[in-house]
Amino acid sequence: MTDVIEVRDLQKIFKAKRKSKTVDVRAVEGISFAVPRGEFFGLLGPNGAGKTTTIGILTTRVMPTGGAALVDGIDVARHPVEVKRRIGVVPQVNNLDRSLTGRECLLFHAEYFGIPRRVREQRADELLERFQLADRANEKPTSYSGGMAQRLKIARALMHDPAILFLDEPTTGLDPQSRRGMWDLLLELHRKGQTIFLTTHYMEEADQLCQRLAIMDHGKLLEINTPSELKKSVPGGYVIELQVQSKDGEVSPLAGDLKTLTGVAEVSTKDDVIRLYANTAEGLLANAMRLAGEREVMVINAHVSEPSLENLFLHLTGRSLRE
Amino acid sequence: MSATMAALLHRDLRVAQRELKYFFLRVGMQPLLFTFIFGYVMPRQGIVQSGYGNLLLPGILALSITLSGMQAVALPLVVDFGWTKEIEDRLLAPISIRGVAVEKIIVGIIQAIIAGLFVLPLAWLMMGSSLNLQPGNALLLIAITLLSSWLFAALGMVMGTMAQPQQIGLIFNVLLGPMIFFGCAYYPWAALKVIPWFQAFVLINPLVYASEGFRSALTPQLPHMPMWLIFGGLIGYCTLWTYLGLRLFQRRALD
Repeated sequence: MTDVIEVRDLQKIFKAKRKSKTVDVRAVEGISFAVPRGEFFGLLGPNGAGKTTTIGILTTRVMPTGGAALVDGIDVARHPVEVKRRIGVVPQVNNLDRSLTGRECLLFHAEYFGIPRRVREQRADELLERFQLADRANEKPTSYSGGMAQRLKIARALMHDPAILFLDEPTTGLDPQSRRGMWDLLLELHRKGQTIFLTTHYMEEADQLCQRLAIMDHGKLLEINTPSELKKSVPGGYVIELQVQSKDGEVSPLAGDLKTLTGVAEVSTKDDVIRLYANTAEGLLANAMRLAGEREVMVINAHVSEPSLENLFLHLTGRSLRE
Repeated sequence: MSATMAALLHRDLRVAQRELKYFFLRVGMQPLLFTFIFGYVMPRQGIVQSGYGNLLLPGILALSITLSGMQAVALPLVVDFGWTKEIEDRLLAPISIRGVAVEKIIVGIIQAIIAGLFVLPLAWLMMGSSLNLQPGNALLLIAITLLSSWLFAALGMVMGTMAQPQQIGLIFNVLLGPMIFFGCAYYPWAALKVIPWFQAFVLINPLVYASEGFRSALTPQLPHMPMWLIFGGLIGYCTLWTYLGLRLFQRRALD
């Protein structure tokens, strides 16, 4: 058994009420993937892509409507209690126990998991120390900063030594410094052998942390690969984006001309925007501007970007991840 | 009981213990004020007969159990589900969703019993010599206490899973007012025979069975509802609210 997560044709359709009619919302549409033990795996996609639903199913909080998901070889829908024993979950919302102190949050959590008192006290102190929470451990988490609360949530998830750690958008809402700190912490956990499943809509985060990435949009997986392979899979790698204005409103003749330039791998147009996927950026922009001038098309905006996951997402969906 | 459920109970009782003084204020204030006026002041004024305390005390006891059992379950649930989402923390414990719900009801039962144990001696002290309690059957008293506590803890779960945080105050007011006044807490059900339609109407009120149950256990010498009706009402409502409460909890807890 090398795969900790195995997902096959997983599907989730929510019933939602819109204008007094019940409509089906297809949050997850038949996705399949596997995560081997020890991997740092990421699910990248914009808000509303289905990431949280997917992580919800894997952590037994959402019932799938089709397909199967296995965690550590156990079906999440059929044996949720057994799955819960094996997973540590850091949800997007702050669900820390507000009636307890930080240290008690850890101790009671471990007690729920049947960890003997001596072990849980030792483990709580270790984690509090390691996550720099020791001096605030006897305060309630309502007084914690966003970064501290997030660290406490991770400590809590680690108290019962889970086979896999799930994190749903762990750095959303954190300041850049706390985000950096969070990355270091997660990388250190992974170095020590922790299998990690993370969702994010930050490309940089996915790029820096994950060994393998699945890109998700509209409930479907578009690509799964290592970040470097994914970046290479963008034709050319570089993207030059031109926003143009022509007299007759036609941009396709210019797009056709641009395709003939050396270094250009692919050209796509959407409304008044032409995108060039190219293996070099040098000189290309100048050449493109010259061609536009010859065609009497005015370039009102131009943008050059280096190989990135953002470009890949753009290439796969025609949309920016930030939109 | 599983180790996980015991741990969840441990957590809830630890939190309740910290708020003990507020707890006693919450559950004790209304019953004790009522006891003071109706069981101490008014008998001395000669406005009510001195034997009234015998009718009042079982009702006061039922009322304390009602309020504390319901609030102990409903209030935290409304906040957890609707606002803080803290319930997620408990739902990730290695126990079924139903297990988490059952634990909440048990906490409500425990708090209701504690409230009863707190109010009973105080009310007794206040009304003192005018009381003539004849609790001959300890088993009956225990059974009535357990069933009443369970009933209102389960009703608390129904309310806690149905209500939105901004509605809960309103629901408590709208529901508790009629329930208390039509609940035979301050007058015996048997005496309602003078208004037959009202005597039949109040049977939909679960508090009636708790009040009459405590009358049958503490003052068996006075007229009270027949035992089969008391137990029928208590067990029937326990089953109904528990079934509904667990279903609603499951629906709220799982997407």
